[in-house]
Order: sequence, then structure tokens, then C-alpha cells
Amino acid sequence: MKRVYVNENRCLGCHLCEYWCAFANSGEDSITKAFKLNKEAMPRINVEDDGEIHFAVQCRHCNDTPCVKACITGALSVDTEGLVTIDTERCVGCYTCVLTCPYGCIVIDEKNGGKTVTKCELCVKNAGGEPWCVKECINGAIVFEDRGVSI
Amino acid sequence: MNYVIIGNSAAGIGCVQGIRDKDKTGKITIISDEPYFTYSRPLISYWLKNAVTDENMKYRDRDFYDVNNVNTILGKRAVKIDTAAKKVILDDNSEVPYDKLLVGTGSKPFVPSAPGLDETGYFTFMKYDDAKAIKQAVKPGAKVLIVGAGLIGLKAAEALHEYTENITVIDLADRILSSILDADAASIMQKHIESKGVKFFLGTSVNNFAGKVAHLKNGETCDFDILIMAVGVRPNTELIKEAGGEVNRGIVTEKTQAVKSLTDIYAAGDCTESFDSSVGENKILAILPNAFLQGEIAGKNMSGQEFMYVNAIPQNAIGFFGLHIITAGSYSAEDAYEVADGDNYKKLFINKDKLAGFILMGKYVSKAGIYTSLIKEKIPLSDIDFNLIKDNPGLAAFSRGRRDKKLAEFH
Ligand SMILES: Cc1cc2nc3c(=O)[nH]c(=O)nc-3n(C[C@H](O)[C@H](O)[C@H](O)COP(=O)(O)OP(=O)(O)OC[C@H]3O[C@@H](n4cnc5c(N)ncnc54)[C@H](O)[C@@H]3O)c2cc1C
Ligand code: SF4
Ligand code: SF4
Repeated sequence: MKRVYVNENRCLGCHLCEYWCAFANSGEDSITKAFKLNKEAMPRINVEDDGEIHFAVQCRHCNDTPCVKACITGALSVDTEGLVTIDTERCVGCYTCVLTCPYGCIVIDEKNGGKTVTKCELCVKNAGGEPWCVKECINGAIVFEDRGVSI
Repeated sequence: MNYVIIGNSAAGIGCVQGIRDKDKTGKITIISDEPYFTYSRPLISYWLKNAVTDENMKYRDRDFYDVNNVNTILGKRAVKIDTAAKKVILDDNSEVPYDKLLVGTGSKPFVPSAPGLDETGYFTFMKYDDAKAIKQAVKPGAKVLIVGAGLIGLKAAEALHEYTENITVIDLADRILSSILDADAASIMQKHIESKGVKFFLGTSVNNFAGKVAHLKNGETCDFDILIMAVGVRPNTELIKEAGGEVNRGIVTEKTQAVKSLTDIYAAGDCTESFDSSVGENKILAILPNAFLQGEIAGKNMSGQEFMYVNAIPQNAIGFFGLHIITAGSYSAEDAYEVADGDNYKKLFINKDKLAGFILMGKYVSKAGIYTSLIKEKIPLSDIDFNLIKDNPGLAAFSRGRRDKKLAEFH
């Protein structure tokens, strides 16, 4: 399966991907609307900065899916291709997945006071097709490729 | 191959998934004395407070048994394992033959005896049926007494708060959640729960019950309409013990989850002991992810693959009245890093250049898994930027090489 990979050398630390991610998952049809109407638009990708170092992190769609195995309700699941998604209807916000994800990629949904969590779903559930962070990265620091054997 | 699984919960379901990883055709039969489609046990408190519907109690999609070709025998209890004839005997005397057997029987409530307790009548809080019985009995404004301020007792308190503000919790320990929180964190959580109107009597226990009144050892009395006993749990080990398998406090297994001293019988979940790699000793780790993972490893080994269950550590993620806690590992350490502001609390326990454990509350729970990975992978803190990571859990603190492995390679 194609996954998102990060090329740290190329990341400028501009955080644009965070904005596009928040927009892509906001349900609005333009980025200006997303940020005007939806003040707390929330990205599922996070750019870490430490001095000269910058890189984006979002769900790796791990092959062994530790978060899915840990989820106490079955809200997290993985499809036959390896895509890890969340059914927020079944999430009770226990944060067992936050405890488990070794990359810190489960995002607590502050918009509903943390009652559920959310995560990168590679833009398959929104009007994306291809991950927006990849499409909009201005320096090719995030790529969407198949680099491994599938599950 | 004919697989039989006793227990239709996290361990049993993990076992099905482990078996079906490679063996798509072997016969699988799940036996459970609970008559329900597999449900998430922790959800009983959410169901009781009407936050989860019957439909969403399911632990897996409704077509799980069909998709995985599983036969179920529900509402019947396994009473004996006949190891010589390789069959399980049920409470209606029927027999279920097996080639490979998994015991995922979980645990049962431990209820200490107290004079007058049986006459008074009480509930426990471990099963769907317990939650249903409590929902039927509780009237708005009812007086509730809960014995036990652990995870289960406090989850019951949180759920019942939906019906009444008249809730009292008592515990022998001098603090709440004593198995997962230190004194500081426990006191923050206690104040938070008290702010919702719940009352606590700590460091004391019930001397006797006289009708609907509990007389406590500290001289206080407490009257109630509904009594919930949530002092602790005991693993269901009887089947294995009788069959001649090794049992300490829980069932003792190899790293493959095969039960010691038995053949073709495996065990997983709350009924077993796990090797706690954060302290290097066997413990009962009664948490759902552990049950699933052990079940999965068992299933893989039962179906001819070779996998070991290693790297289990105590870990908990739980919230009460909107305040969240995430904890992991061991708190006996040389050194600690602590931050506290209001309801937010963080304590990292450091031992011999490794992260041994942590307690995170409130806003500090974000990205907790980064700390979990430091414990599990036993990463020397001198290899990472600990000054950065202690306040900002993230991958920036790792060396470039380690980070590239995580972010630029398939895994
Ligand atoms: C109120 C509550 C809240 C919890 N919250 C959390 C939480 O937030 N996070 C977390 O990680 N864990 C939580 N837990 C713990 C979690 O539910 C358990 O760790 C998990 O369910 C263990 O799974 P298991 O498959 O080992 O056993 P169980 O879930 O106990 O299932 C065992 C099954 O086997 C059946 N059985 C037993 N003996 C027999 C027999 N002889 N014949 C037939 N059937 C039999 C039992 O009836 C039961 O259905 C909570 C538990 C409770 C009660
Ligand atoms: S959320 Fe974390 S653990 Fe789960 S698949 Fe993504 S990166 Fe892996
Ligand atoms: S927070 Fe939601 S998705 Fe995460 S483990 Fe709990 S129920 Fe599953």
C-alpha cells in the first residue's frame, strides 16, 4: 500500500501541511472558509521543530497496527490493504491508543472536548483521493509511495 | 485442525485473529457462558450512563463470526477439560472435542466476606448483565455505596452519577486508584471526583452491614439503597488447575502462551500472568490490550506459526468525569521529573539512564505513546535529547538515524 513518508532534508518547517490537513478534514469547500467558520480546524499531521530541524509526522499506518490491537472498543480498524481508520461513533475517548502509538500520531479531538480521538486516514474519507499534505507540500518533503511489502 | 476457545472477549477474539492470520480453513469454536455477541467489557460503564447503545457494545463488527468462520456456543459454561480425551465438557454435559484449546476465561469479582453482606444484597460490576441489573435497580437520587476506589469502582461511580449525586466510595487504601497513581496524582483525581459530589471514606473498611446501613471500622455509618462491591478481581484459573496445568495467582504460560505442564492448551488475558518487562517479574496485567495481544500470539502458535509474547508492561489509559490519566511501567526509580499545574500532572520515573514509568494527567496525556516507546524499547536516555522530550514528547529528541527509521522506512 502507498503510505506517506517524510524527507526531513526538504522540510522547511512552514507548517502549510497542517493547514491543508485541517482544511481537508473540515468538511468545508475552501481553505478560507475552513479557517473562518471552523476556527479550531484541527490537523491530523504535526510538524515538529527543534532549531534547524523540521519534519512532519502523521500516522505511519504501521504494518503491525499496535493502536488497532490496543483499542478497547474496536473503533480503530485496519483494512486488507493496511489503511488504519477510526469510527468515531464507536470511540469513547479512553485514550488507550494515545498511550500506545509510538509516534504520537493519535490526535485528541479538542473540538468536542476530547470525547473522541482522530487520526490521519490518508484522505480516503474526505474529498481528497490523494493526501492533501502531499499535494500541497511546496518542497516535496512529504511523499506518497509504496516502500514496502504489504500485509 | 479443530480449535476451541473458552471465552468470547478480548483474549478469545485475539486468538481468532491470530489463527486466521494463516489458517483460513481450520474449524474454530468459541464457548462462553455470557449469551452475547462479543462485547467490549470496559463499555459496561458507558452503557450504564447511556453514552453507548446496545448496538455499539460490540467489540467487533457484527459479521465477525461469519467473516472468520467461527462457530459459537453461547450461554453455556465449560466445567471441565478432559486432557486425556482432548475435550471440553459443558454444564449441560455436552462435549466439545479439540485439537488445540485456548482458555481465555478472564477474571471474576473478589468479594470479601463481611457480617450481614449476603443478607443485605449487593451488585458487582464486571459484566453486561451486572450493568443491566444495576440500571434496573437504580432510581434517580438513589443512595449508592461503592466498596473499592479502584478503576472498576470509580467507573461505576462515574456511570451512576448520571442517576444520582448521592454516591459514597470507601477503600482500605489511603488513596484512590492506588494501583496506578502515586499520592500526588491520586489527590488531584480525588478532588476532581469530589467536585462532582462523590464522597470518599479512605483508609477504612466495612465492619458489618445491618440492613441498608454499613458500619465502618472508623466509626462512621453510611446508609444506602444500592451497594456495589468492587474490591478486586481474581483470575478464573479453576479449569486449568483441575486439568493439572501450572497456576500461581494466574495461569502460568510459556512465552508462546502455552500453559506450562499441559499439551495443546494455551491461555491468554486476565486469567494469566504476564512477564512484566519493566520490572522483570510475572504479574497479572488485567488490561484489555494485553488480553488481545496474548490471545493473538496464542492463536498464531496454535496454528503453527512461532511467536513469543514479550515486552508487556503495566499500562492504563482511563478518564473520570473528563479528567484523563495515562500511566505505564514501574514507579520504583532513582529519580523523577515532575510538573504540576492545577489538574495537569506529569511524573517521569527514571532509573539507570532509562525511563522506568510515567504518570500523566490532564493536558499532559498528549503523545503519551512516545514515552511508552522509551520504556518498551529500553532506549538509553543519554542517546536522546531528554531535556527536550521531558517537556515535549516527540520524535525531534531522537537521533537522525532513529528518526529516519521511524519516518522514512516501511514498518
Ligand atoms: C468496568 C470495567 C472497566 C474496564 N476498563 C478498562 C479500560 O479502560 N482499559 C483496559 O485496558 N481494561 C479495562 N478493563 C479490563 C478489561 O475489561 C479486561 O482486561 C479484558 O476484558 C480482559 O479480557 P479477557 O478476554 O482476558 O477476559 P474477559 O473479558 O473477562 O472475558 C472472559 C470471558 O470468559 C467467560 N468465561 C469464564 N469462565 C468460563 C467458563 N468456564 N466457560 C465459559 N465461559 C467462561 C466469561 O464469562 C467472560 O465472558 C475494565 C474492566 C471492567 C470490568
Ligand atoms: S496511529 Fe500510530 S500506532 Fe496506529 S498505525 Fe498510525 S502510527 Fe501506527
Ligand atoms: S480513544 Fe477511541 S480509538 Fe482510542 S482506544 Fe479508546 S475507543 Fe479506541
